[in-house]
Amino acid sequence: MSEDKITIEVDGQTFSANKGQMLIEVTDANDIYVPRFCYHNKLTIAANCRMCLVEVEKAPKALPACATPVMEGMKVKTKSKAAIAAQKAVMEFLLINHPLDCPICDQGGECELQDLAMGYGQDVSRYQERKRVVKDKNIGPLIQTDLTRCIHCTRCVRFGEEIAGLREMGATGRGENTQIGTYIEKSVTSEMSGNVIDLCPVGALTSKPFRYSARTWELVQKEAVAPHDSVGSNIHVHVKANKVKRVVPAINESINEVWLSDRDRFSYEAVNSEDRLNKPMVKDNGTWHEVDWETALEVVSNSLQVLIDSNDTEQIGAIASASSTLEELYLLQKYIRAIGSNNIDSRLKQSDFSDQDDAPAFPYLGQSIAEFDNLQATLLIGSNVRKEQPIINHRLRKAVLHGATVSVLNSVDYDFNFPVKAKTIVAPDMIPLELASILKAVIEISNRDVDTQIKQSIDKATADENHKAIAAQLLDADDAIVLLGNIASSHPQFSLLRSLAGLIAELSNSKLGYLSENANTSGAWLAGAVPHRLTGCKQTDAGMNTQEMLKARLKAYILMGVEPELDCYDSRIAREAMKNADFVVSLTAFRSDEMNEYADVLLPISVFTETSGTYINNEGTKQSFAGAVTPLAEARPAWKVLRVLGNYFELEGFDYQSSTDVLDEAMKQIGSIEGDNSSSWKLSGSINNSSNGLQRITETPMNMIDSISRRADSLQKTSDVSDGAIHINSALAEKNKLANDDSAKVEQDDNSVTLKVIIDERVADDCVLIQSAHPEQINLGASFGEIRIAKS
Amino acid sequence: MTESTQVLTEHTRSEIEEWLKKYPEDRKQSAVLAALRAAQHQNDGYLTTELMDAVATYLDMPRIAVYEVASFYSMFETEPVGRHSISVCTNISCMLMGSDTIVEHLEKKLGIKTGESTKDGKFFIKVEEECLAACCGGPMMMIDHKYYENLTPEKVDEILDELE
Ligand code: SF4
Ligand code: FES
Ligand code: FES
Repeated sequence: MSEDKITIEVDGQTFSANKGQMLIEVTDANDIYVPRFCYHNKLTIAANCRMCLVEVEKAPKALPACATPVMEGMKVKTKSKAAIAAQKAVMEFLLINHPLDCPICDQGGECELQDLAMGYGQDVSRYQERKRVVKDKNIGPLIQTDLTRCIHCTRCVRFGEEIAGLREMGATGRGENTQIGTYIEKSVTSEMSGNVIDLCPVGALTSKPFRYSARTWELVQKEAVAPHDSVGSNIHVHVKANKVKRVVPAINESINEVWLSDRDRFSYEAVNSEDRLNKPMVKDNGTWHEVDWETALEVVSNSLQVLIDSNDTEQIGAIASASSTLEELYLLQKYIRAIGSNNIDSRLKQSDFSDQDDAPAFPYLGQSIAEFDNLQATLLIGSNVRKEQPIINHRLRKAVLHGATVSVLNSVDYDFNFPVKAKTIVAPDMIPLELASILKAVIEISNRDVDTQIKQSIDKATADENHKAIAAQLLDADDAIVLLGNIASSHPQFSLLRSLAGLIAELSNSKLGYLSENANTSGAWLAGAVPHRLTGCKQTDAGMNTQEMLKARLKAYILMGVEPELDCYDSRIAREAMKNADFVVSLTAFRSDEMNEYADVLLPISVFTETSGTYINNEGTKQSFAGAVTPLAEARPAWKVLRVLGNYFELEGFDYQSSTDVLDEAMKQIGSIEGDNSSSWKLSGSINNSSNGLQRITETPMNMIDSISRRADSLQKTSDVSDGAIHINSALAEKNKLANDDSAKVEQDDNSVTLKVIIDERVADDCVLIQSAHPEQINLGASFGEIRIAKS
Repeated sequence: MTESTQVLTEHTRSEIEEWLKKYPEDRKQSAVLAALRAAQHQNDGYLTTELMDAVATYLDMPRIAVYEVASFYSMFETEPVGRHSISVCTNISCMLMGSDTIVEHLEKKLGIKTGESTKDGKFFIKVEEECLAACCGGPMMMIDHKYYENLTPEKVDEILDELE
């Protein structure tokens, strides 16, 4: 037996345990139940509830199992008379102030206090005095407080400090007057805040959107995968009478552990939104009619047939959301290619496609999600990872707490919930120069031999102390990664950023990773929902990419899960292309005014809870799920819609029985999924030496990412939505004589709109930050590039 | 210095600085009690959210952590109170020596109950105060930072009359 192993006895059984482990960890690992409230295996030990008292031989009093380290030969009794008496006494104390409002408490049925009171409580209270009452606090649109029920376990407080990295809740006051809350009236802002709902052992913190809508024992639990970020968090969908009532995390230690981001937790509200499209609709002479599926699909087929007949299939473009399932994306590309067009894309926010032929099979994270915990150094480029991939950010934060360093290169000084080592905030067009300088530093320090072409390209760059420090961090670390974020991948010089980052990674022995945007970005690439590659990364004659399709003003568009004017790199061109097209069919779960205007046929499709399907996440893990509920009204899973569309043209190979058939066929072509971001890097594109005028930066706030999150009411009440304003720093504001809340005339190309001004010191000098997917700014245009502002 | 710490007077800040010297660089929060005391002092005996936020910024602490400390310790007031804070010890020794009479007298004289402040904002009587470690001089009270022992109602009158 190794030195670190010891033997203890619990309830007469012998167990081997690790030195220094807490007793409760050993009992938990061996399925011996010890009651608890404050202990949680992901949080530090507080030992303040005392519910876990057990009898330990030779100890004069019962000891808390969560805070008692095991020792050789220790003899523990968890169910002895003394242990049970201690546990019962604690329970009696806890119930002194706890209200007896279980019948109206949302936690009822899944309440740890209720459960333990059943086991350890008395049926009559000896307590005659008045109970403590605490005023409820409003801590935002997501979490409901009922603090009279709080038992002061401080799990929520520790979560804020230890996991969310944002201490927003606390225990103020003292003794009997201790209160959990934010002290001042304030909404909690953590992107992971909803997790305190799961952590709270009682009904003090419950879900606001779910409140009073079902009892937990009426709910049926279904497994699913979260549809928003590229993490693919595992979720449980809770259903009552075929209606999605709430979403909670499912444990998957290698992906989301036990956590869930607020976006993934609360977006289900959209599933039952008023905006849902119930029936197929066809526009006839400007008026919409509800029709049956057959009619709608016939209209689609006939309209496309006209273009096929006139040999105009190049005039058909398919644009799909990368939150669609692998099956859907596979079928859409199969369909469009079968009718003779390679115009299919799911890269909505990208604008530089120049090196797409050299791109990896899919934008791979560079390592597994779990491996983030062990990182020693990270260089983060163009990313607000905390809001974009909250779970990855959580992992990154864990690494930092263990001593890793993170350096950041951004155009907006985003708030991180961990200390950042070196931070460079520059205008978008200066990011290449900064990267070139870091590359130069890497070359200088490492003394590595590089191609003369590369040396010449980064000639203009000079490595200062900051660049050298970043380079040294990467070089010194045994485990380092260079990450390109969502803002980097929509940068107009993405290919340049990519190769610079790739070279930095290669020469510093670091990994290169892409933080991809959607739940199934990886799946979209692998399925062939890109114009230049067929399923399984087979090169083909490139069709048009999203930007080209929109700029070309095609005659017909097939949209799947996309609202082009909100989701695409250039909102104005997207809107114009849609309005100009002869025929637009939208496979969509929702309706909008914009759609009513530009579309000709609306086909109602299922959302993530209503269809079976598969997502491949950022690390390349393929996760399939079955539908949790049947589709709303006449909505149908998109794969079925595409199957029937294929049948209309009598296309070959569209006779699937189930989504599994589709998946099997796709996977046969995809083969094994292996992430590999390596490449023989070349540097193309010019590295600007100085910044060029005023530039636009576009970010997509967390809850604006897709048509689902945009329709989740409670998420829309948080601060992580688009405000339709321009964000500029005070230097730029002064230059233009603008103040907070002023109206500014904002101009791009020849188009102008009037937007509110918000002074925001996080924004780089001479830059204008605009949040995407806000109706007021659609007419402006491209996400990056030249912009003008003036007082209006 | 960031904007939000400007509500702290120069005197308060220099006092905090003095305390900070006693602790390691990365343990600034050790000075939180001293900092809150100084901040409370500059504001005639009570803390505002603004002042607590300033202390938080000054000491690199989450704001809620400062609220926790301020609301925990009875020597900090987080609601507006009178300028002079009167604490009458009502613990056992003082009680035996007649502290109840002193409290009663004070309440009558100032026309307020314990836990209240006079309308003119001059006096504040703290709620039930525990032993202040001057038992041999009971009954006793503390006004602001000063101890007054062997009290009688007359003596209390004198003391109060002398205060500004
Ligand atoms: S609110 Fe819930 S989690 Fe927080 S301390 Fe109270 S009982 Fe514990
Ligand atoms: S679980 Fe051990 S003291 Fe709370
Ligand atoms: S009992 Fe009053 S000072 Fe000790």
